[in-house]
Amino acid sequence: MSKPMEQGAGAGFEPRIVAFFCNWCTYTAADLAGVSRLKYAPNVRVIRVMCSGRVDPQFVMEAFAKGADGVLLGGCHPGDCHYAEGNYKTLRRMRMLERMLKDMGIADGRFRLEWISGAEGDKVKSVVNDMVAKVRALGPLDLPGKFAEWDKEIEELEHQISAQPAKEAVHAR
Amino acid sequence: MKYLYFPGCSLKGTGKAYEESLLAVFRALGVELKEIEDWNCCGATAYMSVDETKSYALAGRNLAIAEREGLDVIAPCSACYLVLNKTQKNLQDHADIRRKVVAALKTAGLDYKGTVRVRHPLDVLINDVGLDAIAQRIQAPLKGHKFAPYYGCQIVRPYATFDDQDDPVTMDRIIKAAGADCVTYPLKTRCCGGSLTGTVPEAGLRLAYILLKEAKKRGAEAVVTVCPLCQFNLDGYQDQIARKYEALDLPVVYFTQILGLAMGLPAAGLGMQRGIVSADAVLAGR
Amino acid sequence: MADNNGNKPQPIGLPRIGFYVCHCGSNIAGTIDVAEVAQFVAGLPGVVVSRDYKYMCSDPGQEMIAQDIKEHKLDRLVVAACSPNLHEETFRKAAAKGGLNSFLFQMVNIREHASWVHEDKKAATAKAKGLARAAVYRVRFHKPLEKQQVPVDPNVLVVGGGIAGIHAALTLANAGKKVTLVEREATIGGHMALFDKTFPTLDCAACILTPKMSAVKSHPNITLWTYSEVAKVDGYVGNYKVTVKRKPRYVKEDLCVGCMECIDACVFKEPKFTDQFNQGLGKRKPVYIDFPQATPKVVLIDPQSCIQLKTGKCKKSCAEACDRDAIDFTQKEETRELQVGAIVLATGFQAFDAKKEPRYGYGRYPGVYTALEIERLVNASGPTSGEVVLRDGRHPKSVGIIHCVGSRDAKTNKWCSRVCCMYSLKLAHLIQEHSGAEVYNFYIDMRAPGKAYEEFYDKLLSEGVHFIRGRVSEVTDWAMTPEEEGKLVLRVEDTLAGFVRRIPVDMVVLATGLEPKADAQEVRRRFNIGCGNEGFFQERHPKLAPVNTFTDGIFIAGACQAPRDIPDTVAQAGAAAAEALVLIDAGHVELEPNTSHVVEEECCGCKSCVPLCPYGAITFDEAKKKASINEVLCKGCGVCAAACPSGSIRQNLFEDEEIFSEIEGVLAK
Repeated sequence: MSKPMEQGAGAGFEPRIVAFFCNWCTYTAADLAGVSRLKYAPNVRVIRVMCSGRVDPQFVMEAFAKGADGVLLGGCHPGDCHYAEGNYKTLRRMRMLERMLKDMGIADGRFRLEWISGAEGDKVKSVVNDMVAKVRALGPLDLPGKFAEWDKEIEELEHQISAQPAKEAVHAR
Repeated sequence: MKYLYFPGCSLKGTGKAYEESLLAVFRALGVELKEIEDWNCCGATAYMSVDETKSYALAGRNLAIAEREGLDVIAPCSACYLVLNKTQKNLQDHADIRRKVVAALKTAGLDYKGTVRVRHPLDVLINDVGLDAIAQRIQAPLKGHKFAPYYGCQIVRPYATFDDQDDPVTMDRIIKAAGADCVTYPLKTRCCGGSLTGTVPEAGLRLAYILLKEAKKRGAEAVVTVCPLCQFNLDGYQDQIARKYEALDLPVVYFTQILGLAMGLPAAGLGMQRGIVSADAVLAGR
Repeated sequence: MADNNGNKPQPIGLPRIGFYVCHCGSNIAGTIDVAEVAQFVAGLPGVVVSRDYKYMCSDPGQEMIAQDIKEHKLDRLVVAACSPNLHEETFRKAAAKGGLNSFLFQMVNIREHASWVHEDKKAATAKAKGLARAAVYRVRFHKPLEKQQVPVDPNVLVVGGGIAGIHAALTLANAGKKVTLVEREATIGGHMALFDKTFPTLDCAACILTPKMSAVKSHPNITLWTYSEVAKVDGYVGNYKVTVKRKPRYVKEDLCVGCMECIDACVFKEPKFTDQFNQGLGKRKPVYIDFPQATPKVVLIDPQSCIQLKTGKCKKSCAEACDRDAIDFTQKEETRELQVGAIVLATGFQAFDAKKEPRYGYGRYPGVYTALEIERLVNASGPTSGEVVLRDGRHPKSVGIIHCVGSRDAKTNKWCSRVCCMYSLKLAHLIQEHSGAEVYNFYIDMRAPGKAYEEFYDKLLSEGVHFIRGRVSEVTDWAMTPEEEGKLVLRVEDTLAGFVRRIPVDMVVLATGLEPKADAQEVRRRFNIGCGNEGFFQERHPKLAPVNTFTDGIFIAGACQAPRDIPDTVAQAGAAAAEALVLIDAGHVELEPNTSHVVEEECCGCKSCVPLCPYGAITFDEAKKKASINEVLCKGCGVCAAACPSGSIRQNLFEDEEIFSEIEGVLAK
């Protein structure tokens, strides 16, 4: 494939970040940030789950595949999960996912796991702002665009192959 | 064990006894001290209150020179100890000042990175050398002698990194290792007056008097100090104190002198003769 | 109200979605162009009605929804407004009123998560559109659900036998409920049992407390387990299973009548062990009772100091002296199980450890005391029978009381402990009354907010107690003048007079603050509730729900939630009891339907899910080789659903398709 996965930021690029927030801690903290009228970057779209443990790594992959430049996952601090241990499972899964994402060439910083308790409204603000700044600097990931390009490249290759004259069949010995 | 040694102005002047006894003790303990090349005055408390940024550059020059060797620095004088540590901390916390100081030092061909550790001799003796190693070197323990351990303020305020802020004990432990007793001294971190003895003599003299009087009341035969200014304030004005309040005749010595005596080092090499109030009581029976 | 597209032909097979975006006055509409959002959503597939309205949560707003559902035959509902944590229930009910299943509804948060946190109006509006679209895509996959009802066990557990626990237990018992009161110490009464008099009335603490303690003991509906601790809590609201460990007293509780002959008969002729109840100021024997009115009135034996328990070689004169044969050296720890529907936590506080403030010399100078030590000193049934006398036997002629020790202090505890000013005034009064000493109170501010509190302060002012406004910098024994010899000198800046003073006294009292108990974190995890940053138990809402926690069925009362005086503690205990009664008298609890279930045909029997559930809701049928989930035990976290490799576990309201469609919806261009 010709173009590299990460190509850097262009001017005026605004990252699109999908966030999965657990209801009891991080979602509540985001509500608190709202009640406190803290202001932060508008690039994040929150999807509510009851526990960060509900987040299947497939959701993260789907988000990237559908065009997210970054994915943020927010859960309760270890030891404080409303459902006792859900966030430990999240931690295990996501550590593995991070390695997979790295192998795929997705830059470090696009996927982020944060523990934010229900009282930490200001942490929601600082994490969102920090992540938006970092992803903005990384530039667009645009996997849908890349998928389309790669599909086109494969189509062209197929054309080229079928346009070649038929070679003599090679008989198995 | 090897350290860089920052004597500061006092230890070459009024605090000569501190330098003599410190070097003698450390040599005897097998600790190598190398004086920092071309060190300059740290600025003490005076310069910092006049021009903060310049004072950091002045103190920072010593740190930048020390960084070349990659060793810990021992700063025995309390003011130097505090100023060098404060400089490092403030340069770390305030990027704008740091930029100016780094730029200034660069023009002198120096690179400041803030990597060197500035330590107090008490810290090094207790934590690096260790009381066990010291105990082995004690030849002539000062049995029966009673001292008041006086720390002064700058090694515990505002930073108390190697000892407790309200009730420091590192020097008490050195004194005890030397075989002597420490009296219970509630004024161990109370101000000696600092430069007030020069600028507002009534206040400074009174503070020194309070410290000496309480030490004597508690049964101490000498006050043991860590700071050359404290030593000077308590030792140098006892005649004025005698005229204004009462005669106390209490010698004021450095902890390194006490340790040196207990290690059997010759008294003259420890600067014992340099005190204005005679230290004969401490030397009694040696 | 914006235009709607109620007559637009819809593709066959798509649900009929009603979308509403709320202005919330100007809270949302001031930043987000709600008309634009409504218009945008109107163009999405399946959307039949798309309106914007000033206040969706109002009666007319909800009416409009119910109307539209009927008129336009809506079968899905989306409301874009504030946080679901506020109004999800409101709109679920509105849907139900219109004849639509409550769970065919999705809420979009465009206030707390958008209009209140973004200044860029274009960006905020774009965000609202994206989130709305996500909800519209998602709600297509919602299925009708029903809340399951489970019965509530009518019994209640109260943990902690201080005044809070006592009052909560009595209230519940008087309402006809069976209560088990579990207390860690050998007697109930808590900190209040230590006090001599209480402010502002100067009521004798024991006189007002002991009748309540007896009432607890004799109430037919209360089972009192002292010297016991809750070891484990399982279950959920209305159905808790609690394991309690009962420590051995080595005395049979149902036989001992509290005559205390055994204490007299003990081989130790003189008491010589530290008496914890008297804060270390008195001594006791290995067999002892905390105080004469201890409830239950049963002695206990301390295994650390009893010769028989330590070595097995003693005359056991105590057992001999007991004509009820109540002493039993073979007693073991017992484990008991309890089933309850609600739990009230009233575990109280601990006093700040004065040793953490070394400048005040506690532990160094024998003349420095904590407030609790003084409470025992002035108490007629205390170690000195109420005589104010120092550890060395002298009677103090002057006493200094230092306020705010371990409170309002960046180095120790930042909060104000609320009761110390008042109890310091009380102690000033009692010390002066008992000893005639000169009393000095050193304060920062005088906090007297309760009923008759300010008047109590006035009274003290007229009694000749000296008040110095300033924070004491140190307590020291070095004397500057002959008058100071042998005294403790308090150095303080008198901020009203404007100079530094040295006040020599014979006795110093430290008004130590209230802090969470040392094991508060451990305890709160055992009950699955939260703690705030300071370490006190976390209430559900600081103003509107001070006795509820985030865990349904568990309530908190008293100083375990925050420092508090006796009147407020009693009020809060009553409130917690009332909340528990609400739960119990409702008879049943509706469980949220966002539970998980296994689609059997798709389960491949890999067992990945079985060990994941902390509630033990997942079991494996070895015969069928299929996993199955108990929906009553399931709490709806979704961890199993995320782990299931075959996707056969579905979490209601959070199914894979629902979340995938939300992802698609927020990212669509």
